[in-house]
Amino acid sequence: MKTIEIKHLWKEYGDNIVLENLNLTVKAGEFVTLVGTSGCGKTTFLKLLLGIETVTRGKILLDNEPLVDEPDATRGIVFQRYSSFPHLNVVENVMLGEEFETSLLFGRSFGKKRQAIRDRAIKILKRVGLGDAIDKYPSELSGGMQQRLAIAQALIKNPSVLLLDEPFGALDPGIRADMHELILDIWKETKLTIFMITHDLKEGFHLGTRLLVFDKRRHDPDQPNRYGATITYDIPVEKTDNETLDEITDSINSNKQEATL
Amino acid sequence: MKRLINQHPRRLGKILLGLIPFLLILGIYLFASNERLEINPNDKLMPAFSTMAESMYRMAFEPSKRSGEYLFWTDTSSSLKRLGLGVAISAFISLVIGIFLGIIPKIRAGVAPLVTAVSLIPPLAILPILFIIFGLGEVSKVMLIVLGITPFLIRDTQLRVMELPEEQIIKAQTLGANSWQVITRIVLPQILPKLIDALRLSLGSAWLFLIAAEAISSTSGLGYRIFLVRRYLSMDVILPYVVWIAVLAFAADYLLRRLSQSAFPWQITASGEAK
Repeated sequence: MKTIEIKHLWKEYGDNIVLENLNLTVKAGEFVTLVGTSGCGKTTFLKLLLGIETVTRGKILLDNEPLVDEPDATRGIVFQRYSSFPHLNVVENVMLGEEFETSLLFGRSFGKKRQAIRDRAIKILKRVGLGDAIDKYPSELSGGMQQRLAIAQALIKNPSVLLLDEPFGALDPGIRADMHELILDIWKETKLTIFMITHDLKEGFHLGTRLLVFDKRRHDPDQPNRYGATITYDIPVEKTDNETLDEITDSINSNKQEATL
Repeated sequence: MKRLINQHPRRLGKILLGLIPFLLILGIYLFASNERLEINPNDKLMPAFSTMAESMYRMAFEPSKRSGEYLFWTDTSSSLKRLGLGVAISAFISLVIGIFLGIIPKIRAGVAPLVTAVSLIPPLAILPILFIIFGLGEVSKVMLIVLGITPFLIRDTQLRVMELPEEQIIKAQTLGANSWQVITRIVLPQILPKLIDALRLSLGSAWLFLIAAEAISSTSGLGYRIFLVRRYLSMDVILPYVVWIAVLAFAADYLLRRLSQSAFPWQITASGEAK
């Protein structure tokens, strides 16, 4: 179990300041939801955690060690789309993570070893509700099933951190509710640390143990990129009430209006 | 009455509609040829179908008086060998180089400008160089095909690799893949069907380079024969040969398409329908 510490983090692209002076400590096993307007830096923040972007200034520490600055098996990811591999069927998609480990040269396994990996993959697939679809290709699955597959893929590697980038944004409301239940169950079983981006504030409140709102503290109307976003609310979700929800909704909406003006 | 854009032909209607232009061309040829032969029975420009059939029978089923070979089949097999070898070598080279160019930024930075520069050279312009270096034998003909289509295939493969969603590459890394495993298990299997598509497109150019090389220096081959009998205005051989080349080209295209469908069943469901 790993603690994530973020100290004085800045992310800039040239003159464009995206994130400024971000400080955060997340203990192992927390379920953190990230909300904010589009362009507020929450996706950039997730990319930094994933290791596909590097910090301009500041540090990200994973158990007091600097974070590896490329994606690796310690951090699983589920994107909104394209998380599974179209040329592999469902069970092969899940087996892949284990096979990479067993055969460094070709990433393929054979015989008994393959059977063992396959059994484990099927177990995970049954857990996420895809037990009946193991021989299908991802393109034959519905949107919700594809996201279940993407979660199963990540789970086989037992990552210490699971990153979810608007994983349910493209799903119908009914299916979304099922997925919420699934992800909460998995989180309780595995005690993963989860970071989830969502544009749905209610989803953020419903799911997380902790809600982070990304927003700009200062605005310069002439130079909108002069100031970066940071965490403006950091709320333990159990203690929230409707008043706080309204307050945050207002604050996000007012900034949206400012941005459009 | 539905709008024209909404009227779809049925299966049979589609086939019949497709046949009409062919029948039309045949009819026009038959009519014109008859007219000309009526005026001058020795006319060579538009021979009757019977003349063509006779010539072709001679070429295909009677051994040549000079060499004892069945010329039509010798021509076909030498041309197909050159074409097959050239296309196979090109496919292999472009698969390897294209994938590395597409997935490894440092190789791309180093090699892509060279590939672009080479692809700008008209291959026929370096045919003399090939003849000088490799002699007038088989190697220079195969090399012309390879040089002719490989730059296109490399660039196409590279672009296809770069088109793969970045999410997939990142996801593979979070599953513990190293660079080589990303290539062998994620990139290669998804690129192979796209390479076959590109091969289908480049077959036309491959034939072009083959015929050009055969026309200039050869002792057998479909292109060689066409250019040889041109001296005698033997349209009765040239026309069937041209049609035969078209049939072979069509067959190659069809076989590649079937190969792609049967070897990579996942792409049929992925794109909704077979291409």
